[in-house]
Amino acid sequence: MGRDYRYIGKPMQRKDAVGIVTGAVQYLDDLKFQNLLHGKVLRSPHAHARINKIDKSKAEALPGVKAVLTWEDNPDWRGGTPRNVPVLDSKVRYVGDAVALVAAATEDIADEALDLIEVEYEVLPAVFDIDSAVKPGAPLVYDQFPGNVLPGGTIAFGPSSLKGVVMGDVENGFADADVVAQGAFGYENLPNALPPEPVGAVALWEEPNRVTVWGTSQAPYMDKATLFHVFNRQVEVRTIGHHVGGSFGTKVMCWQVQAYAALLSRATGRPVKVFFTKEEHMAAFTLRIGSRIHGRVGMKKDGTLTAIQGTWYVDTGYYSFTTQAQVAVGSGELMIMARCPNWDLRSVVVTTNRNASGITRGFGGQELKCSFIPLLSLAMEKACLDPFEVLKKNFVKPGGGYYWRDGNWYQYRGIDYSPAMDKGAEVFGWKEKWKGWLTPTAVNGTRRTGIGVGVHGNADVGEDTAEAYVKLDNNGAATIFLCAAEHGTGQKSNYARMVAEVLQIPPERISMTPADTLVTPFEFGPVGSRGTYAIASAVINAAEDAKRKLFEIAAPKLGADPQELETADGVVFVKGHPERSWKWKALGFDRTILGWARFEPDFTLCNCMMSFVEVEVDTETGQVNLLRVVLATDVGQIIDPQGLEGQLNGCIGSAGIDSAIFEETVLNPRSGHILNANLIDYKWRTFADLPAMEHVVLETPIPTHRFHAVGVGEIATSPGPSAVLMAVSNAVGCWLHEYPVTPQRVLRALGKLGNATNVGAR
Amino acid sequence: MQTTTSDSATRKAPGTRSVGFTVNGQRYRLNVGTEVGEISPAHTLSHTLRETLGLTGTKVSCDQGACGACAVIMDGKAVLSCKVLTVECDGTNITTIEGLRDPKTGALDPLQQAFVDHTAFQCGYCTPGMIITARAFLDENPNPAEEEVKEALSGNFCRCISHYQVIKAVMSVARKGE
Repeated sequence: MGRDYRYIGKPMQRKDAVGIVTGAVQYLDDLKFQNLLHGKVLRSPHAHARINKIDKSKAEALPGVKAVLTWEDNPDWRGGTPRNVPVLDSKVRYVGDAVALVAAATEDIADEALDLIEVEYEVLPAVFDIDSAVKPGAPLVYDQFPGNVLPGGTIAFGPSSLKGVVMGDVENGFADADVVAQGAFGYENLPNALPPEPVGAVALWEEPNRVTVWGTSQAPYMDKATLFHVFNRQVEVRTIGHHVGGSFGTKVMCWQVQAYAALLSRATGRPVKVFFTKEEHMAAFTLRIGSRIHGRVGMKKDGTLTAIQGTWYVDTGYYSFTTQAQVAVGSGELMIMARCPNWDLRSVVVTTNRNASGITRGFGGQELKCSFIPLLSLAMEKACLDPFEVLKKNFVKPGGGYYWRDGNWYQYRGIDYSPAMDKGAEVFGWKEKWKGWLTPTAVNGTRRTGIGVGVHGNADVGEDTAEAYVKLDNNGAATIFLCAAEHGTGQKSNYARMVAEVLQIPPERISMTPADTLVTPFEFGPVGSRGTYAIASAVINAAEDAKRKLFEIAAPKLGADPQELETADGVVFVKGHPERSWKWKALGFDRTILGWARFEPDFTLCNCMMSFVEVEVDTETGQVNLLRVVLATDVGQIIDPQGLEGQLNGCIGSAGIDSAIFEETVLNPRSGHILNANLIDYKWRTFADLPAMEHVVLETPIPTHRFHAVGVGEIATSPGPSAVLMAVSNAVGCWLHEYPVTPQRVLRALGKLGNATNVGAR
Repeated sequence: MQTTTSDSATRKAPGTRSVGFTVNGQRYRLNVGTEVGEISPAHTLSHTLRETLGLTGTKVSCDQGACGACAVIMDGKAVLSCKVLTVECDGTNITTIEGLRDPKTGALDPLQQAFVDHTAFQCGYCTPGMIITARAFLDENPNPAEEEVKEALSGNFCRCISHYQVIKAVMSVARKGE
């Protein structure tokens, strides 16, 4: 606000806009490859079984089949955290686990070949939930992990990777408390973010040890880093990213489909494409982690927290890729929202015989908070406190701090988000609508309305490293070398916009390289909330570095110091003396200027989102209708108004707020089959059911960003699900503690259904 | 199946079936068979458009007729091309997302321009299906109410929640029709 920018904060056409609306933009499956083979995966019908025998001879004999691979053909390629998950194994661990791979001339032939592979399974007992998995004597998903508990921590975050929060003295804290609440609260339904673009990869192996992988992930450079380890550090990996048809975090976990394509290409010497069907996408690709806290919280009558104690159980399914990292970040995120001197929060990562969990919108914090806020709500109810006031009071303030993912304490040096929360409450009408706990805002016959609020903040805005180059050409144009795959946020256009602002040339004069690890420096990927702060800072500083080098060349020609120079529209001039100028053209056709920058992680800042929701519950049918959502945030400086609007609207779908209302993958608790692995039985919000949506966006400058901004897209959804649970509880007048709030659960809470009718609900 | 005649039809072997249809003003005649470039009786229209004709602007997401990503306009109606067999398309006139631009000037269709102006997309994967569905709807209902637009698009799956900006874009064009 009030800053005079040429491009920042102005409405601007996205650089890929025309390509998107004309169908010209290419996603991976739109690319053509010469000599391409099609790969398919034979998947296990059993949740847990040993493979005693596989006969692939009939499949291999089918004309058009070029390779059939089983665990015996896997050169010990392994992934996961810890790295104990073979690309193909002699044991299957969930319904859908990979048993064999086929490469064939067409998809139809590959499909036919799958039917010809004969497998003898020895079926083993399986575990499908946290309780049965940790029970003494439970079947083991992996022999090396007793009790089905995976090792905590991740090497990626260093030796002190956060596994929970232990500080102060919780017993003293509980002694100081006026109210104490306790119990077990879960966010255990397993929604699938379900980006519309299927998950896939194309790989081309070149002997003896090189592979190029074209992927659907939004983090191509991290794919290279991951695959390097999966392939036992013996293969040169080049990864190339493209337009991504949505990810919501999930496509960070593409190493398996990439490894399938690579293994098949290695066997055939030809490029191989593997794309998951929708059923595979829904039953054999990233789900949300199951989260449950067995906890206790102490609070004073004024809302001051005195103690938080508990065990956070995390169900990661049949393996973990990022789960321990999510535990680390999620623990820190809870500290950001809950200022409290005494903590004893531990975590247990449990493995079960269902499809694997990973990043699905949130990165631990949403999952933990959606379990924690219902517990906190009990304490707030006991103390007769307005949840808006308590959440506002306990959110981190300047001078406060938190432990973050590497186990270190960080002093918070960001802004106070209370004004954004106050403004959100005002726009929503919170004070007028709030009638007290378990009290509806309005009753109209069988219909009752209720309100809820949630808050979330994430110190990942400055996480992980990013590197970028910016090249200047004598024709007044610039090129950004960045390993970024556009996955829907519009950030690639925004990086061009920011470089345009630094160099004062139109965004149309700025190009970007493909996301190709052979061309660009390292970039971690647009994950978490890091796009605007971390990635953009690398790009901006690379542009500044290029500008500095340009000025060093121009200074002697202008008889001035480099510090006295400025540039606009391809002309360098002395500040205050535009007539003393020198054109970029004078660089000559045979010279380019290359700027470089690296962003180093900075965990001292966080973003913030407060969600206010209003729901209507029909007490006769149990139907919950989301009426209105107001999001309140402060972004420092709006970079891209239309992109921001889209990101904030994104709070409802794709495993967002709707994961509290109807979105979930339904697992058969006896067989482990996913019962709704199609887009008809999996519930998703349509155009016909949109709630009213309002955004409150403040702009309090963030001093440490060149354009004073932080990203908020990731967290738009995070505070929403628990707010829905709160709103529905208030509407019906009794607690609902399970997600999603299906009609069945609402009616049961109202005493209109017996427990015996609880078929299919978890 | 009855087929229309064309020059290319005379070159095929006796007894060979073929399918003829128009896509974006271009006439095609494709033989039914198993050779490269031929149409299998099992091929869906989306497969033929993308894999045989190279028109990859039409996206396939669910491939089950549940998401609207693969919508094309066939004889004036939006249809899901993943649920139509190519051998059923004989004699039809098809418009895909690539065919919405003015063929002479190359100008974007007003609806495409409205999607650009409102940034009515995020990842963009569902966008061709949205635009095609909305175009066919507006052709029949040039002045719809907002609720009618929502109903018309309720079969289009979008996970980024571009819905609000899509409605603005479609309504901006609808109003121009008044």
